[in-house]
Amino acid sequence: MTATNMNSGFGTDRLGTTGVAVAMTVDRSAADQAARGETERVTLTVNGQSRSIAIDPRTSLLDLLRERLALTGAKKGCDHGQCGACTVHLDGRRVVSCLMLAVQADGRALTTIEGLSGPNGELHPMQQAFIDYDALQCGYCTPGQIMAAVACVREGHAGSAEQIREYMSGNICRCGAYVGIVEAIQDAKVRGT
Amino acid sequence: MQPFTYARASTPEDAVRAVASGGPGTRFLAGGTTLYDLMKLNVETPTRVIDVSGLKELNGIDPGGQNELVFGALARMSDVAFHPQIVAEYPALSESLWRAASQQLRNMATLGGNLLQRTRCAYFRGGEPFACNKRKPGSGCAAQQGIDRGHALLGRSDGCIAVYPGDLAIALVAFDAKIDVLGPDGQRTLAVEELHREPGATPNVETTLESGELILCIRVPKTVMGRASTYHKIRDRESYAFALASAAVALDMDGETVREARIAIGGLATRPWRARTAEQALAGKTLTPRTAREAGDAALQGAKPGRDNAFRIELGARTVADALLIAKQRA
Repeated sequence: MTATNMNSGFGTDRLGTTGVAVAMTVDRSAADQAARGETERVTLTVNGQSRSIAIDPRTSLLDLLRERLALTGAKKGCDHGQCGACTVHLDGRRVVSCLMLAVQADGRALTTIEGLSGPNGELHPMQQAFIDYDALQCGYCTPGQIMAAVACVREGHAGSAEQIREYMSGNICRCGAYVGIVEAIQDAKVRGT
Repeated sequence: MQPFTYARASTPEDAVRAVASGGPGTRFLAGGTTLYDLMKLNVETPTRVIDVSGLKELNGIDPGGQNELVFGALARMSDVAFHPQIVAEYPALSESLWRAASQQLRNMATLGGNLLQRTRCAYFRGGEPFACNKRKPGSGCAAQQGIDRGHALLGRSDGCIAVYPGDLAIALVAFDAKIDVLGPDGQRTLAVEELHREPGATPNVETTLESGELILCIRVPKTVMGRASTYHKIRDRESYAFALASAAVALDMDGETVREARIAIGGLATRPWRARTAEQALAGKTLTPRTAREAGDAALQGAKPGRDNAFRIELGARTVADALLIAKQRA
């Protein structure tokens, strides 16, 4: 995430200036915030970077990511917790970001698909495996699939194809790339995630 | 979504006070997987939300006590489902949790919130175009003239046939679990079996909790029947779906003979349904496929089909029978 691509969002960026714990705030003017009902402030760590933003309490964590922080990797599929396209890691555990109020993420650490690759942009082994095994067609569910898959391996729920199918059942792929997804997870597990 | 104000509770007492004094528009929020979902559908329309999810004193999982397992109301479904002692000693509890929802949702949803999960009836969730006595008292019940394949066969009323959708509560009812609740007038304990109401003439009143009462913890009496238990769940697909029929079963066996059986069924009734007639019919009998099936039939006694769901009477009886035989293997 850079200040430049934040400009495609709705707010203005102000980079903090104090040492290591740099907080990036993405605020509108106070009057604008009040007019928009942005009565709550949420401060959280997103992909290692501290962010602080005033929001309407109705905002979902997914909408905060997509509409305010310009992190559009997590996808909005059903918006009701049924499809898994919005899966992110909250304090290291996978959650569906559409069914969580953003205010409830205050003080917590979030990892999205944007935060999965290495410092020089090298792909995470799970991302590479999805490519190698054709584990997608249209790609819309893929960020959620990959975030769920990384967690699935970490939890120890990738012991067999059957177990992977059970613990990946919260991620729907309408293209039906399930066979490739299971193979990719088995391979990435061996390669190390 | 209707605008609401948000506040974090710092203690359970603080939360109870805020909800009790806030009137019917004030609601507790824990994992949010039911409440926020229904708020997006404008089925739930709170004006004030009291977030209890930060109350660390309600997070505990303590299976180490002499007489009971104690789960804090805010324990996450995934943490209890995969707790090694629960997996080994109370498989029905573990299975009722991991066979529910997806891992993402189990990481978010709390046990207390799960008990209070609201029905998946499409006419309830569908909002305004559909009559629903649960959502809008007196408006009627669109399900009774609609597609009722997934609706209740037991505990129905003329006003509502919505199924209680949860799994955990079914297993808890089989184990005679209790909950501690805190209200404006202090703390009380009630059986999980007394928590949910049949719809009767007031389908909008789903539980026996008073306004402002907050579930603090769940207590499960320890029993040797825990090991010989299962939560058997039959769905349209093998994972990540609500039950068409389910059974929580626990057995105390003397060789092939049943000393005591516990049977509760889910997915078929308007509330968690303990099948005591079936339990009594099995006591003292040899457990065979035939006696198991007879118990299944007894569990479904009184089932009233609607238009599209008669097949679930046979399905329910077979689910109970299969659950009994699975539990027997673990005895």
